[in-house]
This record gives sequence, C-alpha cells and structure tokens, in this order.
Amino acid sequence: MLTKSTHDIAASFSRRGLLAATAGLMLGLASFTGAKAADDTIKVGVLHSLSGTMAISETTLKDTILFLIDEQNKKGGVNGKKLEAVVVDPASNWPLFAEKARELITKDKVAVVFGCWTSVSRKSVLPVFKELNSILFYPVQYEGEESERNVFYTGAAPNQQAIPAVDYLMKEEKVKRWVLAGTDYVYPRTTNKILEAYLKSKGVAQEDIMINYTPFGHSDWQTIVADIKKFGSAGKKTAVVSTINGDANVPFYKELGNQGIKAKDIPVVAFSVGEEELAGIDTKPLVGHLAAWNYFQSIKTPANEKFIKEWQAYTKNPKRTTNDPMEAHVIGFNMWVKAVEKVKSTDPDKVIAALPGIEAPNLTGGTSKMLPNHHITKPVFIGEIKGNGQFDVVWKTPSLVPGDAWSKELDGSKDLIGDWVEKKCGNYNVKTNKCLGSGS
Amino acid sequence: MLAKLPARLCTLALSFLLIAFALPALAGPFEDAVAKFANDDFSDTEEAIGAVASSGNPLAFPIINALQDGRLMADPDSKKVYVTGTDGKSIDATTGQPVASVPDGASAVRLNNRLRRSVDAALGSLTLQSPDLSTRIQAAQSVFKSHEETALEAVDAALAKETNKSARTALGEARAAILLFKSDATEVEKLEAVATLKARGDQDALALLSDTGSDQPASVTKAAASAIGSIQSSLAVWSTVQNAWYGLSLGSVLLLAAIGLAITFGVMGVINMAHGEMVMLGAYTTFVVQEVIRTRYPALFDYSLIIAVPLAFLVSGAIGVLIERSIIRFLYGRPLETLLATWGLSLVLQQAVRTAFGPTNREVGNPSWMSGAFELGQITITYNRLWILCFTLAVFAILLAMLRYTALGLEMRAVTQNRRMAASMGIATSRVDALTFGLGSGIAGIAGVALSQIDNVSPNLGQSYIIDSFMVVVFGGVGNLWGTLVGAFTLGIANKFLEPVAGAVLGKIAILVLIILFIQKRPRGLFALKGRAVEA
Repeated sequence: MLTKSTHDIAASFSRRGLLAATAGLMLGLASFTGAKAADDTIKVGVLHSLSGTMAISETTLKDTILFLIDEQNKKGGVNGKKLEAVVVDPASNWPLFAEKARELITKDKVAVVFGCWTSVSRKSVLPVFKELNSILFYPVQYEGEESERNVFYTGAAPNQQAIPAVDYLMKEEKVKRWVLAGTDYVYPRTTNKILEAYLKSKGVAQEDIMINYTPFGHSDWQTIVADIKKFGSAGKKTAVVSTINGDANVPFYKELGNQGIKAKDIPVVAFSVGEEELAGIDTKPLVGHLAAWNYFQSIKTPANEKFIKEWQAYTKNPKRTTNDPMEAHVIGFNMWVKAVEKVKSTDPDKVIAALPGIEAPNLTGGTSKMLPNHHITKPVFIGEIKGNGQFDVVWKTPSLVPGDAWSKELDGSKDLIGDWVEKKCGNYNVKTNKCLGSGS
Repeated sequence: MLAKLPARLCTLALSFLLIAFALPALAGPFEDAVAKFANDDFSDTEEAIGAVASSGNPLAFPIINALQDGRLMADPDSKKVYVTGTDGKSIDATTGQPVASVPDGASAVRLNNRLRRSVDAALGSLTLQSPDLSTRIQAAQSVFKSHEETALEAVDAALAKETNKSARTALGEARAAILLFKSDATEVEKLEAVATLKARGDQDALALLSDTGSDQPASVTKAAASAIGSIQSSLAVWSTVQNAWYGLSLGSVLLLAAIGLAITFGVMGVINMAHGEMVMLGAYTTFVVQEVIRTRYPALFDYSLIIAVPLAFLVSGAIGVLIERSIIRFLYGRPLETLLATWGLSLVLQQAVRTAFGPTNREVGNPSWMSGAFELGQITITYNRLWILCFTLAVFAILLAMLRYTALGLEMRAVTQNRRMAASMGIATSRVDALTFGLGSGIAGIAGVALSQIDNVSPNLGQSYIIDSFMVVVFGGVGNLWGTLVGAFTLGIANKFLEPVAGAVLGKIAILVLIILFIQKRPRGLFALKGRAVEA
C-alpha cells in the first residue's frame, strides 16, 4: 500500500535510468537461471523492488521468500521437487512491475509469484496475471475494495486493521475527537473514507473529525502538528489515526516529540509504522504511541521465537527485525505449499481452486484460513511503541477476524462480496444477486 | 499472554487466598495494593496506583516514580514487587528492605496510556511539596491536567507553604482547574477559577473552559464564554506569529539546502543534479560520526554535530572536487550533457550508499541541546528548528564573507565574471573551478548535517531537496547569494501562510504555480544580475 515519492520528477527520471540498467542486468540473470533450471524444480517468482524508493521496504520481503524457500527445500521441497527462486527487480517502477511479471510467467514459467508492495504496483500487474492465468500472493495491508481470482491477499483489509484500532481508541482511551492524517494517495484516502463513515455511524459529529492529507515525503510538519495540538485542546479526548506513509513518519514523529505531544495526551495510532520504520528514530519520546498490525516481532509464541531465531541466523544479523508483511508472506507461502501438496500439481487452476479453505498457522499462535474472497483470517493487535523500538501488545481481538474484500462501511460496496468458490465472482451483489463482473 | 487471562486470574485468586492465609502480616491494604502490580493486568495496576498513592505510605512515591520509569519489577510467580533504584540496587516494595537481587522471572510492570495518565496524576499530588522547584511546578501542572478533586487538599496544603512566585501561579491554576469541575464548589470560587484560567490564556485553559458543561450556574457559563472569546482572539494573533516563525524555519531549511547549489549552479552555472546527494553524504557522515562516538566515546555525544560539520564539509567537498576534476570539467558549456552526467552520478551515489549502509533509514540522534521546545508567549519554538535557523544564517554569513574578503573568493568572482580575462591575469582558472565546485559541495554536506536532525537519513534524502533547491535558486536569481536568501525565506513564509488555508498538498501546488507565473514575468528571478557577467 505504500507508494513513495512518485511525484518527484527526480524519482521518475531515476527510474528511467535504472530501467535500462536493470533490464539489461536482469536479462542476464534470467537467462542464467533459465539455463541451469531442470525439470525437477518448481520455480517461485519473487517480484519485489530491490532498487529505487521502495527498496527500503521490499528488499526484506525478497529475503523472506528466499529464506522460506531455503527452509522448505531443507524439508525436501514440495511434491518431491525442490523449489527454486527467480528474483527480478522491478526497481520501484510501476510499469516495469507488469513487464517483469510477464517475464516471470512466460519466460521463467514460475508456478507462483510473491510480490508487490504498493497498491499501484499491484494494479499494474493485475491484467498480466489475469491474461496469463497465474497466481500472485500480495502480502501488504491495503485499502480493500478488490477481490481478484488470480490474487491472494495475505495482508490486512481495512476491517482487519483500521476498524479494530478505532474501536480500541473509543473503548480504552475514550477518544471523542479524531484526526485522520494521511499521505495523499489511494490507500489513506480510501481508508479514511471508510473510517469517516464508520465514526459517523458511531455518532461522532462532523466537527469532531479533522482530515488532513500531506504530499509524499512531507518533511515540514510544524504547521500540521500545531493544528493537531489545537484540535486536541477543545476539551475532548483526541487521537490521531495516521495513514502517513513510511518515509514521512520520521519527521512527523520527531516533530511530535519536539512539540511535546505525549502519547498520554494525544495518542497516534499508525497503520504503516512497523519495526523497520522505527529503526530510523529515537523512540524514547514516542513511548505510548500506537500501531495496529496483525503481527509484532515482540509477540511471545514458540512459533514466532523460532521464526525470529532462524531468520536472524539466515540473514546472519542478530539484530534483524521482523514485521507484519513478512508474516503475511510466511502464511501465504505455507498456504501455497499446502495447496500444491493437496492437488499434487502446480497447475494454476487447480491451485486456485484448492486454496480457499486451506489453513496455515500464523506466527502469533493462531491458524489463519484462506477465505473464498481470497483474503485470510487474521488476529488484530494494538501495540504501544516501547523505548527500544519494539512494540508492546496492549490489546488484541478475541478471535481471528476474517478479511472483507469489500468494506461494509461504504455505500458503494456494502452489498458486495467476493466469492470464488460458489459464485465464481469477485464482486457479487448480495441484494440483486448479480455478479458485476470486471466491468465495474 | 492476554488469552490466558481468565485462567491466570483464577490461579491468582487462589494464590491470593493462600498468601492471605499463610502470611497474615501481609494483609494490610497497602501490601494488597502493591501485590496487584504483579498481576500484569491494566485494571489491577490502575487500582494499585490509586490505592498506593492515597495510602500515605512513605514508599508510595518511590513505587510510583519507579513505575513511571519502568523500574518497578514484579515477579509473577511469587507475586513480589521490587523497586529497582537508578543505581541498580533493589528494595522490596512492601517493606522497603533492600534485597540482594530481583528474581530472574521478574519483569517491569507494564503501562498503557490510561495508566500513564493515572501515574502522572498520582505523582503530581505526591510531589507538590518536593524540595526541588521545577519538580513542584511540574507536579502542579500535572494536577492541572488531571484536575481530580482528590488532589485539592494537597494543592491547598502546598499553596499555603509555597513562596516561589511561578510555583504559586501554577498551583493557583491547578486549584482553579479542580474547582471549576468540582460539583460542590461555590459560585464565587468558580468565577475566580474562570478568571484564573482566562489569565493563563493558553490552549489548555481554553480546553478546560470549553469543557465546563451545562450543569454550571448561569453566571459561570457566561464568564466562561467571555473568557473563551478573549482567549481565542489572542490565540488568533499568536497563530499569525506562529505561522511567521514556521515560515522562517522552513525558509532556513530551504536556504540551507539551496546555498551550496547557489554556488555550483548559481555562480558556476553547472546544472548539478547530484547536489542532493552531497547533502545526503553529509547526513551519512553525521551518522558515521555518531556511531563512532556511541561506541567509543559516549560522553561526547552532545558534541557529535559540531564534530560532524567539518568532517561533512571535507567528505562532500572532496567528492565534489573529484567529480569536477573527473567529469564536469570536460562538460563546461554543455548544459544538457552536464545535466545527464550529474544525474547518472546521483544514481551511482545513491546506490553506493544503499549498498554500503543498507536501504533502511539510519538513526541519527538529536543531542540534548537540540531536543525539546520552549514556549514564547503562546507559541512553541522547538530547539532544533531554532538552531537550524541560526546555523543557516551563520553559514550564509561565512560564505558571503569568504567570497568578499578572501583571495580565493576574489578569484572565484573573477573567473565567473570573465574567465579569459581572469586567466590572462594569471589566475589558474581550472584550479579555481575545482575549488569552487568543492566549496559548493562541501556546503551541501554541511546542510546534510543539519537536515539529518529533522529528516530521514536514507539514500533518498537528497532527492527530496533537489527540486526545492533549484526552485529557490531560480526564484531568487541565478548568481546572486542574496537572492537565494530572500527567495528561500519568501517561499518558506508564503508556504506556511498558505498551508493552514489550502492544506499541505494544495499549498505546495499553489507555490509552484506562483513561481511559474513569476518566472514568466521576471525570467532572471528576484535579483537579476546586470552587466556583462550575464552574457558570460
């Protein structure tokens, strides 16, 4: 869901430049991997940016898949065949994502692709996966309002992150006034639309909601933080719901700390700030601010501790952090392995049909299930930032929350469901009993 | 951990019973309250805070204080609670007796925001009579925030003894806040409270006054409404001052980022797209300096930026000279090629840094003198912004003086004004070119040191400043340092006055549109160079 600095002419120029360079490089790589590939391997495509603005987030996910493949091969692979990773670099360039996806499917003949981070990159590869009938596992929390036959969404839909977080603030912190602050692009705008509708349905007045958008990479937060302070001094408990994009968070939190806004006065709950983003900040002034995720590194379960240990051993870095999209890949990868083992084939149609209903343990002690709408069930955690850059879980949902492809809060989508098992439709209207199809 | 709660509560209740039977000596209310800290349940902790704070036990303050700092250790197995001092020694929280060591299974009692507020309120009433003046004032302020009726007695007692003027004001305000919400306070008391809050006149007072509710006497509601009106009108004036300050601060960041470019682009005419990367290198130099200081000489941390400034200048400056010697000197007079070459260079530098330091952000800490803020009237001025403004002006002044009064400055000006004439006067023009480019790059490096304090230190740092920098230099007038100064502050202030009205996104667009219109009217910027130098 994150998209970084796309408005920069600088960035787009740099992508052009990189395009040529990486395309050449990747052609070389691809032919190399193609040459040594034999029939006794199953190829797994990894479509994550390793250069450009998104490299900061996506490189870790590439390593995660390589790690998972390594572990799976130690166990003997899948269906008696070893897995083989095919890594490409779409260089944070949205059109290049589509090109690379095509290359992975047609040229390298991968059985499945794990990839994408930003919504715009996912949208750009969608037609390719539909046309060539392949499978994409998308691991990042996103704005919802989508359910595609070829895509499996292992990140959170808004009802698995944003809504429970707001519920928590309402109940635990008795928040009455809301600042919805976000970066100006599709994920925050849709999420805030859903949240605004949800808050109003809970009786929050219009004047108690302040919505604020900022450009990508916004670094001067003085005015906005002062506005938040002012908005928060109207006598009612105020909280900030932040969909501010990764990179802009560091100056935002620094300004909050410097202007003396403490979590106990105005808490900020963030949907895009994880362990990786906090690595760039001194978190002592931020203690108590919140984040809502489906996974935190600090969650103490045997599965998580084992995963962290093996991951840190694999990356040879005892301080390497883990985060939510990584866990989504872990779940998605294991689900895919189970589905392939179930149908004893990597044929996309068979695997797509087998995936709904497949269960895989998540790292936080539960078992996630793939739903007919291609989203999964996940627990939701609210974590408080601690002084060491980790999170302390202060609340969790009593059970796993099933992901809604279509938000129940928005007028346009409240009657829609995604159901690829019975209705064979991603946008089925339960009122009119019609499938809207791809035209809508 | 939370899922097991019911089971835990059961075992807990059992163990409580056992303890109660086995150790009758522990059954006092204070001891019971302290034992609740070991339950790892937020509601129990909250009850414990209230009970301990109102117990009057001399251990109450050390316990709550330790709780706030995460030094209150609880052992879930034995239900024992310990206070670990800042010196690392521990005492038993119920008896105050020193213990040799805290059991291994013990962990710090956890807090959430609701509890942090309770802790603040409890500490507030416990430290109102502290011998330390700033602690007393802070205590009065936290009582002001929580304004719980139970603290009234403590406030009155403290007020009777207090002699310091500012502490008395703070206590008076705390008292007013409590009385305003106390249901059985007299009308006179409430009116006095409104007057006190009106005199305080800040946003917190405004918050309290707007929250008074409808169950107040009519005269109080009226007084509160008029107080709200007067506070709001004075805050409106202050908010203009605040916007002006924010504008100055944004302008100083723009100036700092653009000042190096004003030399390489403005004075030399090189379209240097790698300028942002020089800034980034400066920021990474700061990171390296801080890493070395953290691991080797932690006591020097507050001086890390002062050490980083000359080093960043040298690193970026040296790389600038290298770039000039190896690439740019072959491209003078060919702007398009220069643009492409420096662009490629910026990518190379970014990817090099990404490979060397990793793609994730690096943490650059703020030294203590750059953290926090102070209040000036009703506006908050953060120290880091203030220092950056001073630093920018200092860099600007030094640069101006250098160009004006040193031999190198004279040579630079001569070469840029008339290269052939300067050469025939015996100036080694190519040497001067290299040094000028190095100077511009070095100053960009210095800017990186300052920007590392307010922005991400990531390989993309430079990209976010390159467009703004060009904008400032072009707007101010190419080749004129004063133009860059005026341009940066004009853009900063205009941006900050537009932002509250139009929002951050539209504000930025509006600024760009204004600049396009301005450049149509005055293509050479605010301060156009005149005379023969223009044609060179």
